[in-house]
Amino acid sequence: MNDSTTRKNSKSVTLSEPDIDSLADRVLQAQDAATPIGKLTLDYPDMTIADGYEVQKALRARWVARGERVLGFKAGLTSRAKMEQMGVDAPGFGILTSAMARPENSAISVTDLIHPRVEAELAFMMKDELSGSAVSVDDVLAATDYVIPALEIIDSRFEQFKFDLESVIADNCSSARFVTGGRPMNVDQLDDLRTLGVVIEKNGNIEEMAATAAVLNHPANAIIEIVRHLHAHGESLPAGSLILTGGVTAAIPAAAGDSMVARYQHLGSISVRFVV
Amino acid sequence: MTPEQHERYGDELYEALVGRTTVAPLTEREPDIRIEDGYQIQQRMIQRRLDAGERIVGKKIGVTSRAVQQMIGVDQPDFGQLTSSMAFEEGQPLPLGGLIQPKAEAELAFVLKHDLTGPGITATDVIRATDYVVPCFEIVDSRITDWKIRIQDTVADNASCGVYLLGQTRSTPRQVDLNLAGMVLERNGELFSTAAGAAVQGGPVNAVVWLANTLGELGLPFRAGEVILSGSQSSLIPVQPGDRMTCSIGGVGSCEVVFTKEAA
Repeated sequence: MNDSTTRKNSKSVTLSEPDIDSLADRVLQAQDAATPIGKLTLDYPDMTIADGYEVQKALRARWVARGERVLGFKAGLTSRAKMEQMGVDAPGFGILTSAMARPENSAISVTDLIHPRVEAELAFMMKDELSGSAVSVDDVLAATDYVIPALEIIDSRFEQFKFDLESVIADNCSSARFVTGGRPMNVDQLDDLRTLGVVIEKNGNIEEMAATAAVLNHPANAIIEIVRHLHAHGESLPAGSLILTGGVTAAIPAAAGDSMVARYQHLGSISVRFVV
Repeated sequence: MTPEQHERYGDELYEALVGRTTVAPLTEREPDIRIEDGYQIQQRMIQRRLDAGERIVGKKIGVTSRAVQQMIGVDQPDFGQLTSSMAFEEGQPLPLGGLIQPKAEAELAFVLKHDLTGPGITATDVIRATDYVVPCFEIVDSRITDWKIRIQDTVADNASCGVYLLGQTRSTPRQVDLNLAGMVLERNGELFSTAAGAAVQGGPVNAVVWLANTLGELGLPFRAGEVILSGSQSSLIPVQPGDRMTCSIGGVGSCEVVFTKEAA
């Protein structure tokens, strides 16, 4: 993070359009070729969080131009375990596209990833649009079509998975692949979205466990933050959006040969395996 | 160690308990002490409580998480015995004054409706014998100076048991997958930590199975009506008078405790 004495205004865009385009190309190339790069702030020390989101917007245009469909958003760094693991103190948001989705129980290649890690999340499918700066948990739940377990395979493009918030936002918050599965449920079928237990196993060993309140005290708070973020950019969260609310535990490294299962209270389980 | 040594250390720990003082780790004074010696010392310490008019009301299982087992270099849990003076109910303020160096743990408690006599007990027997499960707080305490415990010290000191408080919302293992039941722990209205039942031996029923079989080998009874604290799903939480803590377990219910200063 930045020195507190020189903390810049994270809300202002400081980079020129050509700089933003060149950073988007650099990140996209690293994503597509699975080759790590240095933190963007090494070259652009004055880069702000707003600049990071401008790079993300340029990435989105490139994905759409090559035929990917935007599915929704992901919130990252939403649990204390994740913030501590990555050394940041605020959540970030990224875009989900159809090219990132993989089927439940599929074999996921690690060859086109740099240093993949897996995290278990609660995903929301929205049935109504949400907008504004004052959305409540009840508003989110009323606008939710269903919730469903999700495993996200994150992969930072930055060397050693080390970054600052400005750089990771420009890297679409380390998005790589995701899998939804298990049992979708309406939120009114669940008495409490905070106490859902999640247990993650790697090759049969329990690695991590948590309850869903680990994400911002209630996973719907991640959606509130996304709606607020979109509102600040003059946008809303469209009906039909899929939202990954962020890992409930620290992320678990995955290598070829590993098999992972996340079991969710009431919501079934998801499994993936990793291959060369 | 000799029976006389067991008795002497058991008396020493009992007197520390009553006098609210601490003693040097037994493992520093008896380098050859074994876990079995620890249980003999614990028996003496408990006998002193029974002689003073208390009753056995249950058991506690400790050292159940892999993290704690690795920290103290063991590959299995330990157990202590719950006596009548340790029991509190939700709604009663919990006085810290009678304790020495208390820390809170959030757990799931089992109450049995049938005796369980090990060895040879399995998970299905535990499910059959369970009357209900209930969220609870255990306030652990150590009669060993500065909590400088090795496994033999904590076993001798009744598994560092202090007092416990049961909630009022109950469920049964027939209605909830206890391994996946999420736990949310809050202190003074702020989220403190989360976990799931799998934190305890892969699942709380597994911990009770271990206890039934271990008690069976030692010839100790495990009776209908006893309360079993199945092991902490949280880290050790330092507590102060005035603190309010809530533990909510998905599908089971919740338990709230408010700590006060005065002695019990």
